[in-house]
Amino acid sequence: MTRSVLAQVRVELALTLRRGESLLVALVIPVGILAFFSKADFVDLGVETPVEFLTPGVLALAVMSSAMVSLAIATGFERRYGVLKRLGASPLTRGRLLAAKITSVLAIEALQIVVLVVTAVALDWRPDAAGIVPALGLVVAGTVAFASLGLLMAGTLRAEATLALANGLYLVFTAIGGMAYPLEQMPRAVELVAQALPGAALSESLRGVLTDGADVPSWSLIVLAAWTIATPVVTSRLFRWEER
Amino acid sequence: MVVDHLSKRYGERAVVDDLSFTVAPGEVFGLLGPNGAGKTTTVEILEGFRRPDAGSVQVLGLDPWRDGRALKPRVGVMLQDGGLYPGIKAHEVLRQYAGFFAEPESPEGLLELVGLTDVASSHVRRLSGGQRQRLALALALVGRPELVFLDEPTAGMDPHARTRTWELVRSLADGGATVLLTTHFMDEAERLCDRVAIVDQGRLVALGAPGELGAGLASSETRFSARPGLDRDSLAGALAMAVDAIVEDEPGQYRIVAEATPALVADLACWLRDRDEPIGDLRAGRRTLEEVFLRLTNDGALK
Repeated sequence: MTRSVLAQVRVELALTLRRGESLLVALVIPVGILAFFSKADFVDLGVETPVEFLTPGVLALAVMSSAMVSLAIATGFERRYGVLKRLGASPLTRGRLLAAKITSVLAIEALQIVVLVVTAVALDWRPDAAGIVPALGLVVAGTVAFASLGLLMAGTLRAEATLALANGLYLVFTAIGGMAYPLEQMPRAVELVAQALPGAALSESLRGVLTDGADVPSWSLIVLAAWTIATPVVTSRLFRWEER
Repeated sequence: MVVDHLSKRYGERAVVDDLSFTVAPGEVFGLLGPNGAGKTTTVEILEGFRRPDAGSVQVLGLDPWRDGRALKPRVGVMLQDGGLYPGIKAHEVLRQYAGFFAEPESPEGLLELVGLTDVASSHVRRLSGGQRQRLALALALVGRPELVFLDEPTAGMDPHARTRTWELVRSLADGGATVLLTTHFMDEAERLCDRVAIVDQGRLVALGAPGELGAGLASSETRFSARPGLDRDSLAGALAMAVDAIVEDEPGQYRIVAEATPALVADLACWLRDRDEPIGDLRAGRRTLEEVFLRLTNDGALK
């Protein structure tokens, strides 16, 4: 059982690392945002210490890029090329395929988190040590929510539509997900919409637990929990293994 | 493998219609039929991808829809479009699938067997259509299956690769495996299959050994090719026996509709010799599988 999952994880990781564009959204953009905005004096984020604001935001961005964008696009094209169908004829069960995909997403996230945390600490980020374990829990919850969203796209849309939508959502959440720019600075209507979406829910919860002396807004935990519970249910009902 | 009164509808259309046949262990069984005859749907039901609407199927004594978990480790599958990711390397995908089975074949040995050793490190997108087919074939064999499904295994292969694939399939059967294949190529079915089923519009129209199917049809005929525009009336007069017709199907392609006796062939040869007409090829007697196939599936005359 574990042997077949490992064989699949190895392939998932090899293919992910081979896709240049997934490395761009997974590492280059989050690190770039973190390094650029924490040092650029001419951009006023309206926060006292930019790195303290930005680090939880780019961690959320990293989770979203791997769990949603990369997973959605890869799975969408696997479905297009009949890879999922072919796997369905092999002894690798659907449960094990899902386990392999989640394992490889978590492995890539671990790499992202290490790179981002090292960069942030070099930029004088000092997180609340008590928040580290809760933060890892939030990362797992966010991974479940975003991976389910990614698989929902991959399993219901044509591969090209999944590609476009996943990248579009990446931009939307980067802009209004509280990842690179504070929600409070936005028009009230945009802020309300953003607060109902998983991007802001994850970034604001992470910010709450990792920032010294800050509280976790209760709305963000409720919204994140709702997405984490609801999307897997919806996805498991709507996912189709073959594109027709 | 038992297919018993199997039916499958897509909307109003019956894709498989009351189909029954059995395949014995160690047999190479061919499923033939024109496009849209229901071959792939039948195979996909046997592979456990689809559920029958009526009737039942048994594969290695199991129900493929319900007992997939027990069945899949014992079965090898080659899909019509291989199911290969363009960004993966040939040896990677073999190693991946080898990891799903308890006692897999070695990926290197399989690459050698299907003649892909030279392109083991190439991405699938760089392989030709025939090379992809061979890789998909190797994937079907990696788990040392007792039963192999091959959906159009030699489509897109060059003649050399086809011959090699035929030898491979025969050696599988000699090793005790059961093979169910679909094909468009009648020479493939004739060379490879112990028995074939011809299906048309989801229904079984013929079942038997390739050689027997032609004998079952009433009239036999003699085909030969020679210079176009031969005087067919003169030829008919020279034959000792009465013939139903002499037809020139295409320029230079002749068909004598009559029982193909040695006397008829001798008379034909004498007539050609007297006129010093070179002969291209000559076939007398039962129809080839291709002729049987066209006759049974073409105009519905025998349905």
